[in-house]
Amino acid sequence: MTKNIMIVGVGGQGTLLTSRILGGIMVEGGYQVKLSEVHGMAQRGGSVVTFVRYGEDVAEPIVEEGQADILIAFERLEALRYAHFLKPDGVIVANDQRIDPMPVVMGAAQYPENILEDLAKEHRIYQVDAQKKALELGNSRVFNIIVLGLAAKHMNFTKEQWLDVIAKTVPPKTVEINQKAFLIGYEG
Amino acid sequence: MSEVKIMLGNEAIARGAYEAGVKVSAAYPGTPSTEISENIVKYKEDIYAEWSPNEKVAAEVAIGASISGVRAMCSMKHVGVNVASDPLYTASYAGVNGGLVLVAADDPGLYSSQNEQDTRCVARAAQVPVLEPSDSQEAKEFTKYAFELSEKYDTPVIVRTTTRLSHSQGPVALEERMEIEDKPYEKNPAKYVMMPGNAKGRHVYVESRMKKLAEDGCDMAVNRAEYRDTSIGFVASGIAYQYVREACPDASVLKLGLVHPLPRKLIEEFASKVDRLIIFEELEPVYEEQIRSWGIACEGKELFTLQGEYSANMLREAVLKEKLEIREAAQVPNRPPILCPGCPHRSTFWILNKLKLHAAGDIGCYTLGAVPPLNVIETTICMGASISTLHGMEKAKGKDYIKNWVAVIGDSTFMHTGVNSLMNMVYNQGTGTVLILDNSTTGMTGHQDHAATGKTLQGDTVPAISIYHLCKSMGIEHVTEVNAFDVDTLERTIKEEVARDAVSVIIVTAPCALLKGQSFPNKCVAVPEKCKKCGACLKPGCPALTKQEDGTVKIDVSMCNGCGLCTQLCKFGAIEVRDAKEV
Repeated sequence: MTKNIMIVGVGGQGTLLTSRILGGIMVEGGYQVKLSEVHGMAQRGGSVVTFVRYGEDVAEPIVEEGQADILIAFERLEALRYAHFLKPDGVIVANDQRIDPMPVVMGAAQYPENILEDLAKEHRIYQVDAQKKALELGNSRVFNIIVLGLAAKHMNFTKEQWLDVIAKTVPPKTVEINQKAFLIGYEG
Repeated sequence: MSEVKIMLGNEAIARGAYEAGVKVSAAYPGTPSTEISENIVKYKEDIYAEWSPNEKVAAEVAIGASISGVRAMCSMKHVGVNVASDPLYTASYAGVNGGLVLVAADDPGLYSSQNEQDTRCVARAAQVPVLEPSDSQEAKEFTKYAFELSEKYDTPVIVRTTTRLSHSQGPVALEERMEIEDKPYEKNPAKYVMMPGNAKGRHVYVESRMKKLAEDGCDMAVNRAEYRDTSIGFVASGIAYQYVREACPDASVLKLGLVHPLPRKLIEEFASKVDRLIIFEELEPVYEEQIRSWGIACEGKELFTLQGEYSANMLREAVLKEKLEIREAAQVPNRPPILCPGCPHRSTFWILNKLKLHAAGDIGCYTLGAVPPLNVIETTICMGASISTLHGMEKAKGKDYIKNWVAVIGDSTFMHTGVNSLMNMVYNQGTGTVLILDNSTTGMTGHQDHAATGKTLQGDTVPAISIYHLCKSMGIEHVTEVNAFDVDTLERTIKEEVARDAVSVIIVTAPCALLKGQSFPNKCVAVPEKCKKCGACLKPGCPALTKQEDGTVKIDVSMCNGCGLCTQLCKFGAIEVRDAKEV
């Protein structure tokens, strides 16, 4: 059975690194894995989505509407934008952060209120203020790995496997801080 | 057992080139092709790899290397193939010595492009064979096979990929690099000097070559008829094949690997064995039209769109007639891409907007000067077109007409083809004002070097070509360099140069905010007590700034890099630049 994970956020938030760690752990777990990423213009502050699929025999590299098992959202509005990709019993793992898109900044659109509360009415949702926790850790950029740690609770891999894959994937100088960030989400 | 690695499609193409024994690779960056060269350079002990100024030059470098007797490759995005099409069409006639492969990356869905053209159409016109892989493993294998075909059939070969394949990752089994002996070069003007008398003879060869490939293609392993339930048979290639396998795992599929020329006999045989023949191809009906022309009944574009990417759901709905239970997407505000916090382009567009100037634009991050709140760029066609379209406007409507117009182009795009347009403006007595936004890199594609940065793809430090002196050498008297964050000087300079009855160039300099190796010692900090809630700082659209409910401005510390543009725009001293350590 193929499992479908989506990582959504705002260009520059580190969806690519997160999906590569996910891809790495699936390979370690002996699964066939396909990932699909977004490069180029959308990476400049636009809405970005990355797909990770794993199982015994994976054909297409994308997750389509109504098929995601886990939606990892680095930003609230993006969680809402892609929620219809979830299966009825799909899980949302969300970073409780708000980044105003340009139409909202300019007053041409409203940022929806109570997004995560509303999503919780239809889906199981796990959330974390990863930005705050990352700042407490001393590096605001590793918030994505904190969110990944929270999502990892819902997958069948050991803590050691995760820490090992993180060490293999992130730049050598940042291994320690990323592992610490992961554990905040995983054990917190 | 060989090592298996998860690889991006583009990374696998690079690996294929390495294993095929390629010695020379040339490219100009362009999404979705850029990572091919970025990965090839990892094999720089064995492969010479360069960023060329544009795709035409890259193709010619590869052609030269091939003629000399080594395996050579060039890679580019689909619109780059247009730039390279001049050498491509004739290299098709001349053929090769060492294997010659052009990788073309199409962009169905326009993730980062100005059009959705289909390289298969170009290849048909140029009479060049095309291989199309459908996953990372095939991306590697087909790249290797392309070199084999190139040498066997004396032809350049195109490996066609698409964004979804290039930017998807999947497992790839690694193999050793092949030991390919350099071929001797032998003088052969009848083959390599494409003057009319010689080209005439080569055209005859080209026709026979394509005929032979169409026949031989029926027995090539890359073209594969997979018979399962024969009530429906699909013809598909590339990523579309994966959607077929996902949605209709029991259906028969003729999976094409050599997609030009088409293996006619194989297709005819497949068509005769299935009840319903469906052609599932993204973009143009290239297979469908050919197959129909052979008198074979099939379905295709009446079921599926000519635009954008395909999906498995598309097949579930159009072919399986499944009623998909998909909830409606929430109505939420769009999140279009924007210039980054601290982007050096922002000040230029803010000034142009303030001065109510119009801009003929070009291809790069700065194309985002076309969208709110900057709204300055009014035309974007292709690489280098900003300067020449402005010149065309002047010649159509007179020099006074363009007194409130400028051309805006980046440094990498200027070196690509903008320089030709500027030569034309000078030569043909234009009077346009050209803003070269020099952020010391090719920004949009993720920071690649070019001839004016002083670094090569292989990491060598070289003399940077001076854009200033290049412009001066054309005889342009008024060339000014201004720092992008010196807002007052920049505004004054733009006003002066736009008014001038002569070609003038303003080089607006400051490195891309995302370029590595920079330190940002400062942060901008709002002082709410001094804020008059006028909103002046918000006008350039920096994403680090947001208006709070009480009307004052908040600056996101994690996003701000202290560029100081907002500080300069605040007349009330309500935004201070402070040492980042104290914020």
